[in-house]
Amino acid sequence: MIRRVCALLLRELSVFYFSPIAYVVLFFFLILNGLSFWFAIALLRQGPSELTVVQAFFNTLFFWTAYLFVCPVITMRLFSEEFKLGTVETLMTAPVRDWEVVASKFCAALLFYLTLWLPSLLYFLVFGWLGNRDAVGSGAQLWGPYLLLLLMGAFNISLGCLASSLTSNQIVAAMMALVFILGIFFLTMIDYVVSSASPLFRDITAYVAQIDHMDTFSRGIIDTRPLVFYPTCSALVLLITYHVFQYRRWKA
Amino acid sequence: MSMIKVEHLTKEYAGTVAVKEISFEVDRGEIVGFLGPNGAGKSTTMRILASYLPPTSGRATIAGFDVFTDSLRARMRLGYLAENVPLYHDMRIDEYLRYRGTLKGLAGKKLAMRVGATKELCGLREVGRKKIAGLSKGFRQRVGLAEAMIHEPDLLILDEPTIGLDPNQIRQVRELIRSLGERHTILLSTHILSEVEATCNRVLIINRGKIEASDTPQNLVSQLRTSGLVNLEVKAGNENPSDYLLKIPGVKDVQLEKDGLWRKGWIRIEANSDLREEIFTLAVERKWVIRELSKERATLEDVFVELTHAET
Ligand SMILES: Nc1ncnc2c1ncn2[C@@H]1O[C@H](COP(=O)(O)OP(=O)(O)OP(=O)(O)O)[C@@H](O)[C@H]1O
Ligand SMILES: [Mg+2]
Repeated sequence: MIRRVCALLLRELSVFYFSPIAYVVLFFFLILNGLSFWFAIALLRQGPSELTVVQAFFNTLFFWTAYLFVCPVITMRLFSEEFKLGTVETLMTAPVRDWEVVASKFCAALLFYLTLWLPSLLYFLVFGWLGNRDAVGSGAQLWGPYLLLLLMGAFNISLGCLASSLTSNQIVAAMMALVFILGIFFLTMIDYVVSSASPLFRDITAYVAQIDHMDTFSRGIIDTRPLVFYPTCSALVLLITYHVFQYRRWKA
Repeated sequence: MSMIKVEHLTKEYAGTVAVKEISFEVDRGEIVGFLGPNGAGKSTTMRILASYLPPTSGRATIAGFDVFTDSLRARMRLGYLAENVPLYHDMRIDEYLRYRGTLKGLAGKKLAMRVGATKELCGLREVGRKKIAGLSKGFRQRVGLAEAMIHEPDLLILDEPTIGLDPNQIRQVRELIRSLGERHTILLSTHILSEVEATCNRVLIINRGKIEASDTPQNLVSQLRTSGLVNLEVKAGNENPSDYLLKIPGVKDVQLEKDGLWRKGWIRIEANSDLREEIFTLAVERKWVIRELSKERATLEDVFVELTHAET
């Protein structure tokens, strides 16, 4: 079973790392990351500031754009392409379990997503190494945001998997995933717009207040609520994905 | 123990019933041809056997393992070639075969050996480095075939394995199937009936979701109702041979057309009878000259048409 899952995972990863589209994604991602980094530095150069460069980086518009748009692009083909090409038939008539397929697709997407953030981590390490240790902040202040990126990314990717399993059209899958992800991202914004929102609503949306979470984590504080919330939700969405995948295959 | 056992299998799609309560068995070592007109339910049955679709009711087992409740073990013993041979376009042939071999539990030397052997068998030795996206239909079919048998499964289920192949390749695949049949059990669907006559020990004919016949090709042909046809070419002067021929007991219908001095056509007689002797005696009596007198040999095609053509 281990060997089988490895084969599935390797297959998915090789699609990510050997396809030209992946490098287009990487290219745009690097540009956006570079811009955020540049803005972060520019901000700090305006004068003495409370912020570390990490905090500033994870607060730019460019960072959030890259973060929100990358997952739909990564996940869009995962299941839709199998349905479109009909390869789901060859895949599922091999001795593999449905959950092994769902899990390996999810993990491959998550791994690719994580490698996309590596260059930014490199920026900070080089930046700190060049002498600005204080500007980068403590270890927790550097690793906190990356931990959060992993958690929130896993959640977004699970949403992308769900969207991709719902349709055979990659573009539609990407759109749907974007709607899910943006919908959840902007849920907390309702608080700011509608002042009469009930406190209960506020409490609930606090769980998905991604900007607030990033603020907390980049100050070096590890909040346990997102630590539990995001993995739970990811697992839940993946479970739904698993059922949708099975249902669509059986209906075919 | 039978390799495939299907009991009262029914499959409904939203609105339509594709397969109705079918039951059949395939024994180890048999090569069974699965025939039927378009939309009869062949692919549906095969997909259920390959654990791709769940049956609506009834059950099916492969080597004793239920295809639904014990599907992983059933799938281990099965090589399946899907109807349109879906493949990953971005992979190379070698890469694809290795990947599929690993999924089916092969590794290391054994995997390399099987990849080599199946490529050899399916005529893919020289094109292993090619991308699947650039392959012609026939080569994709070969890749699909190679993939289906990579793990040396006990049972091969092939949905139209020779569609899109050139005549040489069809012949090769036929030979391949026959040689595989020595060690494997094979269930194959096809619309090429000569292929079935050449390779299969048994034929299953399905029509509108029901099994209409299950027997050896020879038996099916000999039991055919319409097999009693005699061709005749005769010179009878001024007489009309039809009048006399119809008087022979057992003759049901005569259709002769005038062609100069000759009359040419057929005589329908009762199945399993042979009236050529009586016809010859009659001709001698009436002083007719016979240029052709032969019994029409029925083919599997006639059986197929007879069983599946009805009132469509
Ligand atoms: N996914 C589906 N949804 C709804 N109906 C389907 C589906 N697949 C097949 N059918 C119906 O089930 C019946 C049997 O189809 P099937 O594909 O099994 O036929 P077949 O014997 O393989 O035909 P062919 O010789 O054309 O390959 C047909 O009436 C078809 O319309
Ligand atoms: Mg078919």
